[in-house]
Amino acid sequence: MGALNPDFRFGNFVGSIIQLVLFILAFVTLLILPIIFFMLFFVPLPVVDGQVLTPYLFFSMMVDPSRTLPIVQFLIHTDLFRAAVFPGFAFGALVAASTIFIERKLLAKMQLRIGPLYAGKIEGIFQLLADGLKLVSKEIIVPSGADKMIFWLAPIMFVSTSAAVVALIPVASGWVAADVDVGLIAVFAILGFFPLIILLFSWASNSKYPFIGGLRALHQMVAFEIPFLLSALPVVIFSGSLNLSNIALSQNLFWNIFVMPINAFVFFISSLAELERVPFDLPEAESEIVAGWLTETSGMIFGLIQLGNYLKLYALAGLFVILFLGGWYGPQIFPQELIPGASASEDPLLRMVALEGLYNPVTINSIFWFTVKTFGIILLMLITRGINPRIRIDILLHTGWYKLIVLTFINLFIVLTLIYGGILGPEGLISAR
Amino acid sequence: MSSLDEKIDEAKKLSMQIVKESDEDKLMTLSVGPQHPGTGHFRFIIKLDGDYIVYVNIDPGYVHRGEEKMCEYRNYFTNIPHLERPVIHDSANITYSYSLAVEDLIGITVPRRGQFLRAITSELDRINYTLYWLAIYGIFLGHSTMFMWPAADRELVLDLLERLTGHRITHAFNIPGGVRNDMPNNFKEKCLSQINYLEKRLKEYEHIFYNNPLFRQRTEGVGILSKEDAIKLGVTGSVLRASGVPYDIRKVEPYDIYNEIDFNVQYMKTCDSFARAYIPFLDVRESCHIIRELLDKMPESGDVREKLLSNIKGPPGESFKRVESGRGALSYHIVSDGTSRPYRVKISTGSFRNILALPFLLVGSMLGDMPPIYWSLNYWPIEADR
Repeated sequence: MGALNPDFRFGNFVGSIIQLVLFILAFVTLLILPIIFFMLFFVPLPVVDGQVLTPYLFFSMMVDPSRTLPIVQFLIHTDLFRAAVFPGFAFGALVAASTIFIERKLLAKMQLRIGPLYAGKIEGIFQLLADGLKLVSKEIIVPSGADKMIFWLAPIMFVSTSAAVVALIPVASGWVAADVDVGLIAVFAILGFFPLIILLFSWASNSKYPFIGGLRALHQMVAFEIPFLLSALPVVIFSGSLNLSNIALSQNLFWNIFVMPINAFVFFISSLAELERVPFDLPEAESEIVAGWLTETSGMIFGLIQLGNYLKLYALAGLFVILFLGGWYGPQIFPQELIPGASASEDPLLRMVALEGLYNPVTINSIFWFTVKTFGIILLMLITRGINPRIRIDILLHTGWYKLIVLTFINLFIVLTLIYGGILGPEGLISAR
Repeated sequence: MSSLDEKIDEAKKLSMQIVKESDEDKLMTLSVGPQHPGTGHFRFIIKLDGDYIVYVNIDPGYVHRGEEKMCEYRNYFTNIPHLERPVIHDSANITYSYSLAVEDLIGITVPRRGQFLRAITSELDRINYTLYWLAIYGIFLGHSTMFMWPAADRELVLDLLERLTGHRITHAFNIPGGVRNDMPNNFKEKCLSQINYLEKRLKEYEHIFYNNPLFRQRTEGVGILSKEDAIKLGVTGSVLRASGVPYDIRKVEPYDIYNEIDFNVQYMKTCDSFARAYIPFLDVRESCHIIRELLDKMPESGDVREKLLSNIKGPPGESFKRVESGRGALSYHIVSDGTSRPYRVKISTGSFRNILALPFLLVGSMLGDMPPIYWSLNYWPIEADR
């Protein structure tokens, strides 16, 4: 792994990539395609819809929307697309990337700085890309005496576990990678893996500071697991379901946060602790234990763990929205038809776009509101980093085991009283259904 | 909490017993520094029992430059530029006491306007140093905003110092006989406006940092240094005043113009890390008042410097002078044998005296208490090593 050229410029790098792509395109058109056409003279061509599929016909099919739209529509309803692209990993990673950019700019504005400025010309928008490039080009140093297999595996496990949480979060009605009936329990079960991974990694690093950091992470996550679970309990009692989609659907009249504000607060605090963000960044406390359990990470190992952290941030913010902020419900702001009068149009293509359901106003609206609310919660989580110092481990444990649990019980009893009083709940006076 | 003597015995016992880490100890030895984000040019070795610190061994000396020896090879004027290196952002104070000692040796007094300029530079540098220190205190506690704000607001003071002396840091402004040059024409107005703005910013610091409940939780009642222990250990400056001793060199041994200035000595009786973190901040406020007062009382014109020969010879004898720097009493002991170079120069700095309290405060506290206790001692490693 070599160092970067001293007169390396990011713009030149992007330019060289574009040049490479253009070169490959020119190569394919001028050399590969003629060879394929030449070879096609000697093979019998298949018959599609009573026509011989000549290369000319194939290319005209490729640009014909009436043929490609059904394919696209089929693709976006496959499980692979859901898990890998839209409500799943790629969407989560996109949110995570924008979160990192927003965090940097927001904190910079709070701290009277400018923040990233140069990479990407416009306010340093490609800073993350440049950082990622740097991390990829760095050498990965494995400490001597480290348990190599776990040292290499733990970052991958970290990212995949975070992605598993992301897969459970629905973004709109029916838009979820894994629609599990015990979705909420599944989220907490998967979150329970993180302390294990962190402890394994810190132990495998064979170093003192990571070890202290790993133990701190273990203490912290175990202490906040119980208030975390308990704060979600009234939501389940209230909606009568553990399925995250059903929990969101049960809030079509009003948001849960109006009935259980204390629980929402406890959930927010617990998710900050789960995410190891300031003021709960004890496992990475810089001035005490260097970088905590991340001390021995370098290069892309560090990059993967950061990616996992921000995926987790998105997942927990999304979970907060689903549980307390009414999920994807919000005023309908998207028009019924993307192109007015398309369904009654003479043009078969326009009619097809309108009827085949590629543009569904309700789904688009749901996704929009879900994303807006999630970014609102993420923003709240980021702001705490600018205004708070780190807290001490004994105060943290005291908060987790003692104060937050009591707070959740207070709100639990309020909700139970409302439900058994016959006011709220599935059978109540103000019923959602 | 055991008393100081018990702690000393305990530390002696531990340092003799434990030489190497072994399984039987059930202790973890950590070498904190010099390549640790929480120490600077300094190291201490701690032993942890669980999360509690049971043994501390401080190990300064990573930035020793031999300033005292270097003084013996230069004359009284050429000593100035290298003497201010140990604390480049408080260089007015470290050259102040040197100049006072040399003037005492050769028996001259500084013109009145020069004394005022010295005091103004000294107070500005005190603000400059304390803001830097506060920034590091912020990041030591994980408060990144408190790191950025004082570091940016230092520019206000640095701008003033650049106008006054020509340099942002290491001004070499105080020289034996007075100050190097007079102040520029519009300095007074500029200084007042910058100081007014700084005072507004100090209120915001108090809101975001000192009144933050999480900060108070971490520092209040942590690292108690009682009045008797503080005197016994010989700590100075803000650490001593935080332990309830209203001892300020500017008040008890007023040098130059300070006996004409009306100001309060800031001290607190809580003796904890919070008091030690808060006293320098109060000092900055007091310095703002002092600067305003100095600018008000300053004579309109006059000499700023007593003209001396460039290789002035000190008469045989010795002199001792001290000033209140950002970190406490900073004193010079100069011995002269009648030549143009000092025979011996001894610098006693507040940093070195304060860091001696560290082992006694850290033993028995938790690892998480280490940054707030360590940095509240107002320690600047480079100055302590000289």
